[in-house]
Amino acid sequence: MVEAAHAQPAWVLLAYLVAGICFILALRGLSNPESSRRGNYTGMAGMAIAVATTLAIHEIASLPEIVGAMVVGGGIGLVTARKIQMTAMPQLVAAFHSLVGMAAVLVGAAAYLNPEAFGIAVRITPIASPSIISILPVSRVEMGLGVAIGAITFSGSVIAFLKLNGNMSGKPILLPLRHVINLGTLLGILVLIAYFTQNQAPWVFFTVTALSFAIGFLLIIPIGGADMPVVISMLNSYSGWAAAAMGFTLHNSAMIITGALVGSSGAILSYIMCRAMNRSFISVIAGGFGAVASSGDAAAIDRPYKRGSAEDAAFLMSQADQVIIVPGYGMAVSQAQHALKEMADRLKGEGVRVKYAIHPVAGRMPGHMNVLLAEANVPYDEVFELEDINSEFAQTDVAFVIGANDVTNPAAKTDKSSPIYGMPVLDVEKARTVLFVKRSMGGVGYAGVDNELFYRDNTMMLLADAKKMVEEIVKSLG
Amino acid sequence: MDFISILSIFVLACFVGYYVVWSVTPALHTPLMSVTNAISSVIVVGALIAAAAGGSPSSKWLGLIAVTLASVNIFGGFAVTARMLSMYKKRERKDG
Repeated sequence: MVEAAHAQPAWVLLAYLVAGICFILALRGLSNPESSRRGNYTGMAGMAIAVATTLAIHEIASLPEIVGAMVVGGGIGLVTARKIQMTAMPQLVAAFHSLVGMAAVLVGAAAYLNPEAFGIAVRITPIASPSIISILPVSRVEMGLGVAIGAITFSGSVIAFLKLNGNMSGKPILLPLRHVINLGTLLGILVLIAYFTQNQAPWVFFTVTALSFAIGFLLIIPIGGADMPVVISMLNSYSGWAAAAMGFTLHNSAMIITGALVGSSGAILSYIMCRAMNRSFISVIAGGFGAVASSGDAAAIDRPYKRGSAEDAAFLMSQADQVIIVPGYGMAVSQAQHALKEMADRLKGEGVRVKYAIHPVAGRMPGHMNVLLAEANVPYDEVFELEDINSEFAQTDVAFVIGANDVTNPAAKTDKSSPIYGMPVLDVEKARTVLFVKRSMGGVGYAGVDNELFYRDNTMMLLADAKKMVEEIVKSLG
Repeated sequence: MDFISILSIFVLACFVGYYVVWSVTPALHTPLMSVTNAISSVIVVGALIAAAAGGSPSSKWLGLIAVTLASVNIFGGFAVTARMLSMYKKRERKDG
């Protein structure tokens, strides 16, 4: 009997369902910072239920080893979580994605090697010959897909980690004929998974695994640093689909619910990030964005601009009614968030209203800037999203841009030839004065385009390291 | 459970995920990623089954490695999410 292999007591099915509901509530809690902490505990409870149920219903041949594995893994996880700097969150998330991917591959391989333990095989005993263990065809497809998605998640996340961590250049690496190679490899994986239902030979299973590792690598190397928010969301989504595919294999509702939640979550975040850059998902995945620096830039560099000092900036801001701070990846790189908070506190002491404006793709992952500001004790009700604050720039005395570039470029609204045309941007140029903190005039944003904003009459360039400049402004504020 | 029941759970969960995730405030998108990361490690269930079963030593060892990796993610993911969420604070009254 096929179904008998999966028969589980009703309480077990219910326990996994409860675990799945806990995970839904964990995400639901994130609608508000106040409820989010409780949501996180609900998620932990769900995980404890899933693990306890699994251990309770299986005969365990190796309890000490399992406990040992959990202690070692858990210890590494806890130490990492405690020590990691908030600016390094994108790398950490990429690393965690890779672990989920690898775990999915290992579980798939373990299920392939010992299908009876997972209840996905039938034993066929022909007369007068040894019995054959045959994996159910539907399980073979689920297993193949799970391993393939897991392997793609793993190798893709490793590349994303290396790029985010600076071990590998953030520049896109473009292989010749890469679209042909990628599509061919993907097609090969699908054909082999179909063939796997006919022939459960090891070479089929392991070729699928190897090709999937390769395609994950090939898919991410051509994608540039600025597109990392999309990539990391996409890999988040993949790690969910991998868990869901394994849930199908194991007929486990907790895994299926979780996989669907995580898969949708990553997909929605990818969509939000693409929309915030006015790019299609396909064009991001195809890669190569920002690889070709536009040739007109050399001439543009010599255009006249106004340069200001920390004292000028301090004076302008202390006289203002309202200052809006626009942080970007540069703030994260120079760890300027704490100094920035101190500057805001001084300004508030002088009666200035201070707000923060965050573009959805500022930084290297969704919500990156919000976390850094929260780390510096900036209250979250002073931090606004693009659509909530954009109309306020016109009534603002000073826009203080620190480490952001492309997300403030007015060319996105006017210049149809610009690569970033159509991208929603912060209307900083409408403020009476724009203070733009930038390391030097030489560099361009990640999109490889010059920023019109630098040369405007109401813009004052503050050329220095972001953290040093803010510290000097704090000093000048006295 | 038959395939159709499982598929039903999956499809309904996708819809739940869609609506729940759109209700997440953009300010918490980074904790959203880290917590989804932690819960996707529920794959540890599969790893535990492999590690617990006798019969195939290679399968058992693959399972144990998977348990270790998933545990890094479970403990690390929930802990780092808790650490981030503890930093989000409202404005103190004296400023307002």
